[in-house]
Amino acid sequence: MIKTLAKYIGEFKIPSILTPICMIVEVIMEMITPLLMASIVDKGVEAGNIGHIYKMGLYMVIAAAIGLIGGLVGANLAAKASAGFARNLRKAMFDNIQTFSFANIDKFSTAGLVTRLTTDVTNIQNAYQMILRMCMRAPSSLIIALSMTFFINARIASIYLIAVLFLALVMAIIVMTAMKYFRQVFKKYDELNESVQENVTGIRVVKAFVREDYEESRFARASENIYKMFVKAESAVVINFPVMNFTVYACILVISWIGAHMIVSNTLTTGELMSLLTYCMNILISLAMLSMIFVMVTMSAASAERIAEVINEEATISNPENPVYEIEDGSIEFKDVYFRYNLTSKEPVLTDIDLKIESGETIGILGGTGSAKTSLVNLISRLYDVNGGEVLVGGKNVKEYDLETLRNEVSVVLQKNVLFSGTILDNLRWGDENATLEDCKRVCRMASADEFIDKMPDGYETKIEQGGNNVSGGQKQRLCIARALLKKPKILILDDSTSAVDTATDAKIRKAFAEEIPNTTKIIIAQRISSVQNADRIVVMDNGRISGVGTHEELLATNEIYKDVYESQTGGAGDFDSPDGDSSKGGEQ
Amino acid sequence: MARPSETRIARRVGKKVENPGQILKRVFAELFAHYTLHVILVFICIIVSAFVTFRGTIFLQTLIDGYITPLIGVENPDFGPLLKAITEIACFYAIGVVAVFVQQKLMIYVGQGTLRNLRIRMFAKMEKLPIKYFDTHSHGDIMSIYTNDIDTLRQMISQSMPQFVSSAITIAFTVVGMVRLSIPLTVITFAMIGLMMFITAMVLKRSATNFIRQQKALGEVNGFIEEMMTGQKVVKVFCHEDKNIEKFDEINSELFECAYNANKYANSMGPINMQLGNMSYVLVAVIGGLLALSTKSSLTVGALASFLTFNKSFNMPVMQISNQFNSIVMALAGADRIFKLMDEEPEVDDGYVSLVNAEVVDGKLVETDKRTEKWAWKHIHQADGTVDLVPLEGDLIMDNVDFGYTDEKLVLQDIKLYAYAGQKIAFVGSTGAGKTTITNLINRFYDIQDGKIRYDGINVNKIKKADLRRSLGMVLQDTHLFTNTVMENIRYGRLDATDEEVIAAAKIANADKFIDRLPEGYNTVLKGDGSNLSQGQRQLLAIARAAVADPPALILDEATSSIDTRTEKIVQRGMDNLMKGRTTFVIAHRLSTVKNSDCIVVLEQGRIIEKGTHDQLLEKKGKYYQLYTGIATS
Repeated sequence: MIKTLAKYIGEFKIPSILTPICMIVEVIMEMITPLLMASIVDKGVEAGNIGHIYKMGLYMVIAAAIGLIGGLVGANLAAKASAGFARNLRKAMFDNIQTFSFANIDKFSTAGLVTRLTTDVTNIQNAYQMILRMCMRAPSSLIIALSMTFFINARIASIYLIAVLFLALVMAIIVMTAMKYFRQVFKKYDELNESVQENVTGIRVVKAFVREDYEESRFARASENIYKMFVKAESAVVINFPVMNFTVYACILVISWIGAHMIVSNTLTTGELMSLLTYCMNILISLAMLSMIFVMVTMSAASAERIAEVINEEATISNPENPVYEIEDGSIEFKDVYFRYNLTSKEPVLTDIDLKIESGETIGILGGTGSAKTSLVNLISRLYDVNGGEVLVGGKNVKEYDLETLRNEVSVVLQKNVLFSGTILDNLRWGDENATLEDCKRVCRMASADEFIDKMPDGYETKIEQGGNNVSGGQKQRLCIARALLKKPKILILDDSTSAVDTATDAKIRKAFAEEIPNTTKIIIAQRISSVQNADRIVVMDNGRISGVGTHEELLATNEIYKDVYESQTGGAGDFDSPDGDSSKGGEQ
Repeated sequence: MARPSETRIARRVGKKVENPGQILKRVFAELFAHYTLHVILVFICIIVSAFVTFRGTIFLQTLIDGYITPLIGVENPDFGPLLKAITEIACFYAIGVVAVFVQQKLMIYVGQGTLRNLRIRMFAKMEKLPIKYFDTHSHGDIMSIYTNDIDTLRQMISQSMPQFVSSAITIAFTVVGMVRLSIPLTVITFAMIGLMMFITAMVLKRSATNFIRQQKALGEVNGFIEEMMTGQKVVKVFCHEDKNIEKFDEINSELFECAYNANKYANSMGPINMQLGNMSYVLVAVIGGLLALSTKSSLTVGALASFLTFNKSFNMPVMQISNQFNSIVMALAGADRIFKLMDEEPEVDDGYVSLVNAEVVDGKLVETDKRTEKWAWKHIHQADGTVDLVPLEGDLIMDNVDFGYTDEKLVLQDIKLYAYAGQKIAFVGSTGAGKTTITNLINRFYDIQDGKIRYDGINVNKIKKADLRRSLGMVLQDTHLFTNTVMENIRYGRLDATDEEVIAAAKIANADKFIDRLPEGYNTVLKGDGSNLSQGQRQLLAIARAAVADPPALILDEATSSIDTRTEKIVQRGMDNLMKGRTTFVIAHRLSTVKNSDCIVVLEQGRIIEKGTHDQLLEKKGKYYQLYTGIATS
């Protein structure tokens, strides 16, 4: 885990190394200062030697100046290194997430990824800065102080050594216990926040069912639980402080007692005893710092693990070794395809799929909820990989193609689609960043999006809010279709992408497809028969299997499911939700 | 759906706290409200441990001169006094250790307990806020109060505040010690402290502006990440990864710059103060030395030496206090947002008419505790205290209703509507015509500006909101599922429903078939708002949820839009069973759900333009006819 993260210190290695060095300079000056101070008292004040005070005072000013420079440079470098490390970690995670396949994305929750990229990185940044500034400072001041004590008197120094070892042991135990608790508590904490989030987004459900009190008591119980766990975790950490105080106090007392005997028996001078006690304070402070580092590290270790998890997550789908960059045509073939999202699930989602689609064909896909229509088309642009059999596009297995080539040629309009904040034009240009305004207008005409865009005050420059909340469902779907069209794909897949578009407009869009992109293979998943009725062939899905393939007439004659759906929809299966209230204008001719 | 997007609050970054004193006072009030004893004990413990430290310093000052030197060169030295002194100080130290332990332990309870209380109260308050609050505040901002703001507040309560108090007390003890020894030197020490404060303030100012910039940059990075993580699948489909990385690098680097600068200044404070502390020491040593040597002053050499120890231990707490400033400022900003949420106006409910179970005894309707199939409104007349029981039938009258999300723009105008008990009313019309808004008014998610809505002849304003909503089953446009099992998600409709009732409801909604196929059936845990289910499956669960609630009236808002027509047909059959004898409001997509309605209401731009049965409207050859025939020919 540490190894994973340490890689990303990258160009900040030099400041990372220099910071501790600056800190050592500061520490050395700090160690000299007590000697100078002692000298001021012993030889200056007590001896009445003003000259000596001036001299030592000057030395102290110099030491302070050097210490100040070391401190300031160290402060600067530490800030740079830690902020830089954080930047690199964010980048590493973000970059890796960009390589994730759909299966990888499904594994992490959106909220979880956001926390990892923000809060967790901030934790690491703070911990790293602390480590850089303290990790050399505390041990070196500890070592210097310890060696000084050994230099003065080995017997007394050994007491310090025992104390330090004792403390180290106690701290190790504390860190280990605390770590275990913290890991549990952070997990629960995430869950608690998730439930808040659910309540915020689902507030209408809560209120509609009058479940405010129920949610409140549930939340109160969860909070109580978290509280108890935090108390337990922090209680483990908190033992640290009294134990440390106890050790230091014990040292002072034991040394005072032993030291007094040694002075009396002439094996130690009073001055030496004073110095030993001064260093005792130094040891105390550096140990306190060390324990603070330990606590920091303990708290941030959970964050580090979560970050490492994202960085180490391997994309389940990646480019082949010698990818093919050219797709011959828009033909598609499924050969004995089996697919499941989760290797452990009993039933496969898709079973024994055999289907051949010619280039330029228009295919409708119909089927009940959960009949795996979406899963079927997701295999074409390799959003997921099959578990058995193979999927061919343009005569070659999709696994042989360069992913970007494949996905640019196979354009999918997802069922759960998203617009991004920015202008309409910005959003359209996701399909092709070099598209001219004319290109954009053309695809919007095809997707019947031009009518409402033209009515907007800023036209194509209209700003879309985050999540596309300021356009209606039907408008959003048409923009998403236009966006996909800009890719000029060989295969176009519409996954229930016109469900919120009124029937007449829907028909208009299909007509435009037939006239303007006749050579593109079009796959249309729909609920309405009218959306697929005129397709070259219609595939009826049922429970992960193909139940029938044929034209509208053929299926009406042979396929029970199709017939059922048709009958339920005749006499109008229309959509009154015409987004512009003008659906009557553009009926299908 | 029409939402007042213009009132969306700007992102909260970079705002200054207006009244820090007031907020601090409230934080204290919060601590004292539940933990008076704890806080007082902590305070005492801090005083005790500060005193023990002070006492320890004095012991070390006197150790050699007072106890060891007299023993040197003495035959059979008597270690008795030293032993006594050590025992005495050992007792102090023991008390000190206990005090530190008690203080730390208590602070856990105070800190975590206060956070728990705040969290619970915040959440309880949030649940009581009107829908408007959620429509006008970004969900990310609300969430950040629960995470970021609570976290900074915890830091302040459990770290900064005790540190502050302990430093202040140490300063007080030390000042007493210093003043006793020499007033002029104390003045010098204070002058140096003043200088330290001044420089600290300057550095703080710079660091604060940079911290604000950092927060802003952080907000930007947060926003971008949130948006891209939500749309990650779209990113993949459009191979937009490289573009995304490019943009992210840009704002990520900006954040780096700001974080670097902010921390640079914050980090500088320690070294500067430390060296200034050393300067203070030198200054006192030199001036004190001069004073001690001159015959006019009463300052002895021993006193100067002691003073210097005090001077040294004085600088430490001052530095600690200045270190805590930044985090306190940040925590107060967070506390401000926490208190603002808690101060929000809750949903007002002046209703006094409640929903009760009723039964007919001797031809008269009476209230009962049993769960009967009959419900009644219990109307206590405010004028004379008489009680009326009005049977719940679900008839609804809207009379000249005007409504707007903001005062400037009316979304609905002059809506007149009569729905008699057991009728099925369908709303049709374009997006933004106001269909969802009407249902939002019926269950009083929003209150009307003008006109009257009467439910079973009672003005809805007089009905307790909880009872009003309980009488209306809702299946909403956006399905929301909670992290829990499928069983519990359906049971959300009626908490005391048995497993059998839940399964029966799932069967009505035709959801049981797909539920059985889930890995653990009804015990499958749904996560992330049911993200592992298809849109249609989620809606089936929402319908099952309404079915288990078994309400007298139903509002179905585009409830079946994502269910395929074949499934819908089966759901429809179940729904028809469910709707029998219940008033139902349907916002419909499909003709099949509208056709057999008792009344179809056609809305356009917030006004009713047509009303009537399917046949009547067809005959009228108006808008509905246009819509209907336009569809029928396709």
